[in-house]
Amino acid sequence: MEAHAARHLGPISERTRSERRLAWLLCAPAVIAMLAVTAYPIAYAIVLSLQQIDLRFPEEGGFVGLDNYASVLSSDLWWTDLFNTAFLTVTTVAIELVLGMAIALVMHRAIFGRGVVRTAVLIPYGIITVVAAFSWQFAFSPDTGFVNNLPLIADDMDWFGGRFSSFAVIIMAEVWKTTPFMALLLLAGLVTIDRQLYEAAKVDGATAVQRFFRITLPLMKPAILVALLFRTLDAFRVFDTIFIMTAGAQDTESVSILGFNQLISRLNLGLGSAVSVLIFLCVLIIAFLYVRVLGTRVEEGRPVK
Amino acid sequence: MTRRATTAFVCLGVSLLVVALSGCGEDSEGSAERKLSWFVAIQPGGTIEEVAARCSKESGGRYRVEPEFLPTDATQQREQLVRRLGAEDPSIDIIGMDVIWTGEFANAGWIEEWTGRQRQRAIAKVFQNVIETASFEGGLYAAPFNTNTQLLWYRKDLVKEPPRTWDEMIDLAEKLGREEAGTIQVQANRYEGFTVWANALIESAGTQLLSGPESVELAEGPATKALEVMGRFANSSAAPPSLSTSDEDTARLAFEAGESAFMTNYTFAYASAAAEAPDIAKKMGFARFPRVDPSRPSKPPLGGFNLAVSAFSDNKDVAFEAATCLAGRQSQLTAVELDGLPPSRSDLYADEVVTKAYPGFAELVKESIEGSGPRPTTPAYQDVTLAVQRTLHPPDKIDPADATSVYDELLEKLEDAVAREGVL
Repeated sequence: MEAHAARHLGPISERTRSERRLAWLLCAPAVIAMLAVTAYPIAYAIVLSLQQIDLRFPEEGGFVGLDNYASVLSSDLWWTDLFNTAFLTVTTVAIELVLGMAIALVMHRAIFGRGVVRTAVLIPYGIITVVAAFSWQFAFSPDTGFVNNLPLIADDMDWFGGRFSSFAVIIMAEVWKTTPFMALLLLAGLVTIDRQLYEAAKVDGATAVQRFFRITLPLMKPAILVALLFRTLDAFRVFDTIFIMTAGAQDTESVSILGFNQLISRLNLGLGSAVSVLIFLCVLIIAFLYVRVLGTRVEEGRPVK
Repeated sequence: MTRRATTAFVCLGVSLLVVALSGCGEDSEGSAERKLSWFVAIQPGGTIEEVAARCSKESGGRYRVEPEFLPTDATQQREQLVRRLGAEDPSIDIIGMDVIWTGEFANAGWIEEWTGRQRQRAIAKVFQNVIETASFEGGLYAAPFNTNTQLLWYRKDLVKEPPRTWDEMIDLAEKLGREEAGTIQVQANRYEGFTVWANALIESAGTQLLSGPESVELAEGPATKALEVMGRFANSSAAPPSLSTSDEDTARLAFEAGESAFMTNYTFAYASAAAEAPDIAKKMGFARFPRVDPSRPSKPPLGGFNLAVSAFSDNKDVAFEAATCLAGRQSQLTAVELDGLPPSRSDLYADEVVTKAYPGFAELVKESIEGSGPRPTTPAYQDVTLAVQRTLHPPDKIDPADATSVYDELLEKLEDAVAREGVL
């Protein structure tokens, strides 16, 4: 970015100054909207998290500093939920990456019906999460679902009765729902690769596997990292699927459900806001790690050497 | 401005004015008729619409009750209400309150207290237990409408005599064997229904969760006994495979499909079986909720709805009048007839409408309500129920031989809950 910025030696001219002012004026509506819609709620949540506020006890309340954060961070429940959320995020994103890549490769090679295939693949992503969660829950229910009637599965297996079997169903539902999104982002990266590279490699005697690992993957790195970044941030905030399937029972709760319980069930705005701010910080850390440590300048699309 | 522009502006102005003022015309047909919004859960048989229409007519033009329907799930009903009440929304006039919300809403100043003659009329002939569910710190905050309790339903063809205690029932079920309907249906999903069941077991054992709005009781001896019964049931063959996700509907479906010989469920179970599975309904027997301690009568669960007046309503005086009619004798009879909901007035149980809705067990329902063990009345009820659910669910984690570790955890979490500390 530095290379493109204008470098001025000496005072800037009147014209430049008025151009800059115009630029600010044109940006102003967007900036104001963003401040109102995102910055204000975040700031308000931080303010709330420093107070003891319970809507059911309106006469109490007051500034308590970091007490709410101490409560949250010292509770086992928060750490269990953080582990659950991290486990779900890592598992679902990993599976989606592999499956998404496979689907993207197939879509890339499709000779006929390309439009239809690409649209059909997006259908799971278009279904509302709550509806999808209900469908998967009914399918896996021991009384009314069909999964227990499949061969190799016990007829009275209680999927939602155990921690890891519940996780299995939740992961399956999440993967089914968002792999299409991943596949489309990866497809966008695939189409930018010049076919001539493959032809040259074939002439040099490279096998399909070598072509994939030596040409496709490195050139797709920016697309892969964008897809991973989006999916990881989304997966970390998982709520609907878990809420519908188990309501957080069997130790499958995620940090979002924890926040929901404190805010809505207990109307304890202080604790709930503290949980929300902590989730926000986790998401910031994840984004920071991706952009910094994995070393891609996302906006330029070129790997940094 | 040009003439054309002027004309255009005038027309625009007039039409806007008309549109704006037309919105004011709604309530002016009978200029004294006030519109009251009644936020209440929908009932499938049509009780709410019927009762609202009748009371509006009987008011002779003084008010018109309009039901605003809430979801059927109690947790979701509460979510919708607390958001509005927390924001002091004046659009709510009358609230259909689940019995467990009284302490919370009264303490937060969201509902009005009932005093004087209106109070007397609201509680006339009502069961003492039910009056207590509508009271907080000595004041009455809602008019009892309908109540509810659970009975033991069993298959008369598989079991000759109904079991008197939970231990007996588990023995009988184990003897029948899982394949031959030897299971017991309860509600043990992680939701309010689980707390209902857990509370009934603990109360039947002789102790209570709380002894006051802010003090934990939970005497060790009886509480551990109740927990051991829960653990024994959950770990035995008498527990259905989907125990930890069961609720009122899955329980009655399984019973109606002939999969279980025993079920603890609300009074609607009989009407449901008669409609959906008449063969099973013919063989359906009823008994009082089983005992935990053989020497103490059991304390069946207590549910129900009371009608409260919102503190932010603009029509409080009329709302009190309307709520008195909506919760009155005639309305309660309508509720029994159309939806099978037990009346909160004890003198109605001899009425033929009730005996027809509960053939043979009207007296049993009355006794169960009189002897019931209600859930604690406290402003921190949501915290208490979360604590109970978190500690005891899934029930098969309780060791039937020694429940002391679970007891200790429950005691600790309840202390946190009434102090509203900690993360739940």
